[in-house]
Amino acid sequence: MTRRPPWEALLLAAALAVPALGSRFYTFLANDVLIWALFATSLNLLVGYTGLVSFGHAAYFGIGAYTTGILMKKLGVPFLLAFPAAGVLAGAAALLFGFFCVRLTRIYFAMLTLAFAQIVWAICFKWNEVTGGEQGMPEIPYPSLDWMGRLPLLGELRTSDHFYLVSVVLVAACLGLLRRVVGSPFGRMLTTIRENAERAEFIGVNVRRYELAAFVLAGAFAGLAGGLFGIFNRGVFPDFAYWTKSSEVLIMTLLGGMGVFYGPALGALVLILLNQQIVSYTEYWPFVLGTILIVLLFVFPGGLAGAASTAVRRLRRAT
Amino acid sequence: MPDPSFIFAQSVSGLTAAMFLFLIASGLSLIFGVLRVLNFAHGTFYMLGAYTAFQLAQWIGNGTGRFWLAALGAAAAVAILGGLVERFLFRHLYGAEELYQLLFTYALVLVLSDAAKMIWGTQQKSVSAPPELAGKALSLFGAIIPYYNLFIILLGPTIALTFWLTLQRTRVGRFIRAAALDRETLGALGVNVDALYTWVFVLASFLGGLGGALISPMRATTPGMDTEIIVEAFVVVVIGGLGSFWGTFFGALIYGQVLSFGILFFPRFSIFAVFALMAAVLMVRPWGLLGRPLK
Amino acid sequence: MLAVRGVRKSFDGFVAVSDASVTVAKGQIAAIIGPNGAGKTTLFNLITGHLQPEAGVVELEGRDITGLPPHDVCRLGMGRSFQRTNIFPKLTVFQNVQAAFLSHRGRGRDLWSRVDGLYRDETDALLASLGLLERAGEVSGFLSHGGQKQLELGIALASEPSLLLLDEPTAGMSVTETRETIRLVERIARERGLTLLFTEHDMEVVFSIAQKITVLHQGRVIAEGAPAEVRADPEVRRVYLGER
Repeated sequence: MTRRPPWEALLLAAALAVPALGSRFYTFLANDVLIWALFATSLNLLVGYTGLVSFGHAAYFGIGAYTTGILMKKLGVPFLLAFPAAGVLAGAAALLFGFFCVRLTRIYFAMLTLAFAQIVWAICFKWNEVTGGEQGMPEIPYPSLDWMGRLPLLGELRTSDHFYLVSVVLVAACLGLLRRVVGSPFGRMLTTIRENAERAEFIGVNVRRYELAAFVLAGAFAGLAGGLFGIFNRGVFPDFAYWTKSSEVLIMTLLGGMGVFYGPALGALVLILLNQQIVSYTEYWPFVLGTILIVLLFVFPGGLAGAASTAVRRLRRAT
Repeated sequence: MPDPSFIFAQSVSGLTAAMFLFLIASGLSLIFGVLRVLNFAHGTFYMLGAYTAFQLAQWIGNGTGRFWLAALGAAAAVAILGGLVERFLFRHLYGAEELYQLLFTYALVLVLSDAAKMIWGTQQKSVSAPPELAGKALSLFGAIIPYYNLFIILLGPTIALTFWLTLQRTRVGRFIRAAALDRETLGALGVNVDALYTWVFVLASFLGGLGGALISPMRATTPGMDTEIIVEAFVVVVIGGLGSFWGTFFGALIYGQVLSFGILFFPRFSIFAVFALMAAVLMVRPWGLLGRPLK
Repeated sequence: MLAVRGVRKSFDGFVAVSDASVTVAKGQIAAIIGPNGAGKTTLFNLITGHLQPEAGVVELEGRDITGLPPHDVCRLGMGRSFQRTNIFPKLTVFQNVQAAFLSHRGRGRDLWSRVDGLYRDETDALLASLGLLERAGEVSGFLSHGGQKQLELGIALASEPSLLLLDEPTAGMSVTETRETIRLVERIARERGLTLLFTEHDMEVVFSIAQKITVLHQGRVIAEGAPAEVRADPEVRRVYLGER
């Protein structure tokens, strides 16, 4: 039996090496990609693995971002607590909203997730005292990372690089956890729900309860991604929870491929890099994105990862 | 206690907003009822209707009757666009998963709204109200109702009735209702369901475009109006019941009043109220006022 | 084993099942027959919890299960196959059956173990008894219709039921496939001491293995008893053969 090349380890090493390139821009991009990769992978737990299409996933991203932002900026809570708090609060919100959402199916489910997300957005937009309202909360402090300056190799790096490395570790840990969940019996039960919910019921699966569990997990990890993003973005704003953000992450998930665990992460990478490239030529990025999406839907519904794995399978059969 | 004529005026303004929304939401509801798809791009068709009306008005001027020509022309143009999109693109996704269909409509939003930006730029456009109705107003119960608003308020039920009669009494209407219930059987009976679907899309787009064209004297035509309106249309359709025609009408009425008085009494929470209402309906009675109860 | 008394279900005013009663003794092989639209599947759905009866009682081994949701009914020892083949199409044959074991043995809450090797022995054994072992790695959606039906049987059996409900198990099968399936079903029922209740259109199948037959017509039970009795029942003959 051939051993798989250790892709994950290689990627992790590559990610950790980015600051060595010395470019603030590359580190910035990489950080962006990592956070969105986590966000998209969390959504895929719902969409790709359980078959639940949520149009309001950005709500949990937003809640996570605001939680960490408020805790760190207004209450001086250290990152070590503020970061997990993002996941906990987002998960709690997902529990509350999800309870109602999983009682519905398909389009009604999607609509309710959208409605809840817009409620979250509206609260963030209007609750000036707590969330800063329309202006949001700029200037979220970095966590205190001076200790990193004392580590070998890392002394000369900037704070943004230090934070990037922290992101790498945290995102890798979260993705690792999600990977484990997806490959577990619980994950298999989710897949049965996606494949045939009626049948799943009749092998003893309490479909609603599992869907709610998936919803909460997905929300919690999205919240963690949001917590990182607020700091990375140096500010937290209401549009983090707006429904168009939900569709952005959905597109990433589709682009990369919902059927493969790392698909959404790939989608995040491709989309962000593409965005960077295109935006330097034209301001009409949505037009380009829309066209890409249409082509994708007609030609590569399995996303890039899906197309890649089909190609690999065909190659293997031919050789 | 605010005085009654004020309340009446608010109510009327809510009614106007409702009839606009009905015009747009009815197209959305039609597409959902028959094609079983929630068309995100419907708001963008509405926006294109507004922009096209502006453009046509630029070309043919503002003389008597010109506004109506521009409005109908815009609606027709949008309808044709809708037909082309359905016939050459959307049709091929009918067998695919719902998610793909939804994302396709969203992709349309991206492409079409940016196209509008390319053509018309980002500055606000405005269209003047038709001279026949401009500047005149009705005074009723102490409230001043501009003639144009009155026109819109009367147009809503007129279209609703026409629509309803068409659905109930004509052959085409019966086909549409049948297609909504059972596409395959209808096809097996020899009806060209593909063409029917295209016409439904065309009709819905016409309504959306018309809504945009008619609202242009009252609201600024600007980018972003599509994403704003589509969410409002969703709320209306959910309240009324997805796929129910009269449901959409009453949903729009309710929404209009809630919005109108909500802004008045709870200005801070009006945007919140709208979504809370949508969520409440979905939690308590997902099929809305007049939709078909879920299994 | 199973006692259904006076159940009733209507849809939008149309009464699908009215005052239906069926009893099946432990270890028995029983069948429900009736012309199309008689309400057989509806009755099944009422028994398994997919539908709520408006009136009546369903008891499994003396325990009242009326109105319990399907996943609870399954856990209490009822297995079921569906009229339209109900499998997990993108999962492999092995994974289909393994999923049932995972759920039945309570492993569903495990978020940490790797799922691939779990319950391999039990799954392989079950697949072997159904003749599907060689196809274990195939994606189940690509199996032939007959293969999928067999797989579905496997999924139902993996939940280790004491009562097995089969909704038209030989629908769409050729004569040979039908005979094989019936022989298989009978053997498995005997080996595991299962109680079996199935619906069928194929009368040959019914009369060959059923020990007790219930006849449904327009939602009502019009006859019940041993095959010979039912065959001779005048009401049944009228409904099926149009005799006066």
